[in-house]
Amino acid sequence: MIHEFIGGLGHLFVVVAFISALYSAFCFFRAAQAKELSEERSWKVNGRVAFYLHTIAVVGIVFSLFYIIYNHYFEYHYAWSHSSRRLPAHYMISCFWEGQEGSFLLWLFWHALLGVIVILTNKYWEAPVMTVFSLVQVFLASMILGVVIPGLNIKLGSSPFILLRDAIDAPIFKEQPDFVPKDGTGLNPLLQNYWMVIHPPTLFLGFATTVIPFAFCIAGLWKRRYREWVRPALPWALFSGAILGLGILMGGYWAYETLNFGGYWNWDPVENAVYVPWLFLIAAIHTMITFKNSDTALKASVVLVITTFVLILYSTFLTRSGILGNSSVHSFTDLGLSGQLLIYLLFFTIGSVVLAVIRWKEMPTSEKEASTYSREFWIFIGALVLCLMGFQVLIPTSIPVWNSIVELFGGVSNLAPPADQILFYSKFQLWFAVGVALLSGTGQFFWWKNMKKEELWSSLTVPVIITLVLTTIIVVVKNVADPSYIILLLGGVYTVVANTKILINVLKKNPKLSGGAVTHIGIGLMLIGVMFSAGYSKVVSLNTTGMLISKESSTEFNNENLLLFINEPKEMADYSLKYKGERLEPINASDYISRNDIRKTSEPHMVIAKRDIEAEGEVIFQKNDTIEIAPENTYYEIEYTDNRGKKFTLYPRAQVNESMGGLLASPDIKRGLAKDLYTHVSSIRDPNNDVEWSDMEEFEISPKETFFVNDYVAKVDKLERIPEVEGVELEKEDVAVKATIIVQGEESEYIAQPIFLIKNGMVGRIADEISDLGLKLTLLNIYPEKNSFAIGANTRQKDWVVLKAMEKPFINVLWFGTLLLMVGFGIAIKRRYSEFRKMREKGME
Amino acid sequence: MKTSHIIGIIIIAAAIGIIITTAGDASSYVTFDTAQEMALNGNENSIHVVGELKKKNGEIVGIRPSVDKLSFSFVMVDDNKKEQKVFYNEPMPADFQRSEKVVVIGSYKDDLFVAEKILMKCPSKYQENTVKAEM
Repeated sequence: MIHEFIGGLGHLFVVVAFISALYSAFCFFRAAQAKELSEERSWKVNGRVAFYLHTIAVVGIVFSLFYIIYNHYFEYHYAWSHSSRRLPAHYMISCFWEGQEGSFLLWLFWHALLGVIVILTNKYWEAPVMTVFSLVQVFLASMILGVVIPGLNIKLGSSPFILLRDAIDAPIFKEQPDFVPKDGTGLNPLLQNYWMVIHPPTLFLGFATTVIPFAFCIAGLWKRRYREWVRPALPWALFSGAILGLGILMGGYWAYETLNFGGYWNWDPVENAVYVPWLFLIAAIHTMITFKNSDTALKASVVLVITTFVLILYSTFLTRSGILGNSSVHSFTDLGLSGQLLIYLLFFTIGSVVLAVIRWKEMPTSEKEASTYSREFWIFIGALVLCLMGFQVLIPTSIPVWNSIVELFGGVSNLAPPADQILFYSKFQLWFAVGVALLSGTGQFFWWKNMKKEELWSSLTVPVIITLVLTTIIVVVKNVADPSYIILLLGGVYTVVANTKILINVLKKNPKLSGGAVTHIGIGLMLIGVMFSAGYSKVVSLNTTGMLISKESSTEFNNENLLLFINEPKEMADYSLKYKGERLEPINASDYISRNDIRKTSEPHMVIAKRDIEAEGEVIFQKNDTIEIAPENTYYEIEYTDNRGKKFTLYPRAQVNESMGGLLASPDIKRGLAKDLYTHVSSIRDPNNDVEWSDMEEFEISPKETFFVNDYVAKVDKLERIPEVEGVELEKEDVAVKATIIVQGEESEYIAQPIFLIKNGMVGRIADEISDLGLKLTLLNIYPEKNSFAIGANTRQKDWVVLKAMEKPFINVLWFGTLLLMVGFGIAIKRRYSEFRKMREKGME
Repeated sequence: MKTSHIIGIIIIAAAIGIIITTAGDASSYVTFDTAQEMALNGNENSIHVVGELKKKNGEIVGIRPSVDKLSFSFVMVDDNKKEQKVFYNEPMPADFQRSEKVVVIGSYKDDLFVAEKILMKCPSKYQENTVKAEM
């Protein structure tokens, strides 16, 4: 049955959300332009009602879509392509943002919520700010509208409520228009991770909040209140900076921990697309603070706030229009929205630039020249460095756009992004980071306004000396040799030391003002963490013998991977490694179980225990228990022994992932205070490929007699008649016999249980495999008269795994720095918001 | 001259510098012939070559993993139908044989193209495009 009502309701909500946003924008515009108070008030009430209606409609869309996903209505394309029956409820939330329509919906949802907060917390600013807000909502709602404009045949937006039969042209729908698939294709297993639940909402909240400072800025320009918009916009800009930064770093941590991109940051265009606006936002925050303290840098603030929002729109365009094509690993697929996205981008870019140009001359400027010994001057320089830092990333990321523009005018451009992106970006960003570090260390010392030369130097002496001593110690102890890294380290340490001194002073006087110092200490620590973990990341699975790659070429190569055969120890850098076999992950237990201890069933996610399975001395599954597992995931148990004889085990994962094109590896990390040991498999025996078995070797043996297969000692422990066989229907006269064969491996005993079957007078044999030993055993025949039976054995190459291991020193310093950064932002937001509230209560705004 | 003017000039110079270095460091999409020419002229920059795996009667041919499975080489056909042996010093990615299109980033070492990075485009990536009729 097709549940048409809920989809229709959802679609109705989308249309209502679109129209109410449009109407609300109109009303707020009239309210902002109104000359008389009564007129203003009535338009404002209208606008408010429309926006509340809009918010209710957006919540309605979310509810409808969730209802469809939660009830498994696979007749809907969205539910079918992003969910499945076995998906746990918390991942059903993630289905929302796996698809592109859903991520627009998430963005829309945050905006609606933020809009309500803005209405409730502002008096004077409500009408003009909400005009901008509602306009943005109009554009976002249009992205999921899914309406064809009659006559023009233009499709506006892509609806998440489209039925499967309308979305996909499959032959089945011609025969049975009411066909509903039994199950969905599911959420991509790689994304079934708690980060997928928290990272996208955080990042989109960061995206969504950038509209608030922008809306205040536009309102300020529009209503000619050039100075006043900064105060209400500042706490929001700080909030946005914190959340967007947190979102970016969460993404980095996720990439490091699960997605196996090799590190936490790869300068992929999609990553750059959020990094660049964030840098501009941070620059904007600094100029806004400068303006509040000294009346300078107002124009810079206007330019930067507008630029930040335009860059957010630009990055939306980059990642969602399909323009990045070959150059990115994780951009969304093209939904045919490029035109709409471009109009969205151009509307706000041109609109805000035109408004800023018209008002430019009227904006107040401070005539006094900022002194080189003023705080403002150095903060301003810092903001400029941040802008250049962003600009340097923006240009190469835009190469595909450049190619498209050239092609639009009939030219040919074959420009590709730099071949080694990490090397390319790092060599520039490093120096910008040094600049930022030195400025944020020194800038904080210009306490209030101007300072005398002598005063500055005397207060700088102590931090500089401490910095030099500390840096020297670190350089010597950790053996930092690269001059550019030493300079970056110096910068990082200086920021930490200088800001710690400031922090101590501030805490004595007024702890509320400590936000800046804490944030900057965080930045310093992050730089130190990045320098070590990226600059001194080393491959420890390195084979340095140097091999000739081929006869034609004289080039020598070192292998960065290690081939491990099962139970054969191998040496690597400071460790001895042993691969101990494939492991599976039960859903309801925290320990891994060995693939050798279970038998498959016809359901891929259900397996049966061949024996009692123990973990840490306790039986976690009894023999013949049915165990639910995650069938996509296989873990590889690797035992490490370090040079002091200490043992630990890592379980890197490989995942069969059809929708990502095959096998995906996820790392396992041995965390340490000083360094992380990062291990992932780089090649495994493909479980889907047929393996080559040797010719069968036959043994005729009696019970309890030992025999040798592939050099392993084996014996038949028992032979029993069994009443049922999985997947085979047994009649009364049919017979099934199961042999239990024990094979003594290098490390432990293994059990194989081949089955001999007589059904309808025909003989059937079900072989059993011991994957660790590369052994397949078949019960060939039973000779009751001789009290013996025939066993057949096939062998194959032993199990192996190719592994890569890396050391990432001091990566925890980076994560700790991130934490401090967030705390610092939190303190600053609190302070700036209370300033705004005081002014509002005085009736100033 | 005011300080702000000096700063302005420095900023503009830095911006221009960034654009120029980007243009200088940018790689390009070329064919194997151009890549070989570049190598002969002593240009060792890494470039992007787009192509497909060599196929005979629909089967992929020419993939040779090394004995220890730690590296492999394959034959790639570029847009001009030129065949070239490519070496990659990493184990073969699992989805390699399923890829429709391959982008190799690297340069020539003698007659061999050594890839530093391989990008693959697989047919079923991200989007399902048909429904299996399962009742």
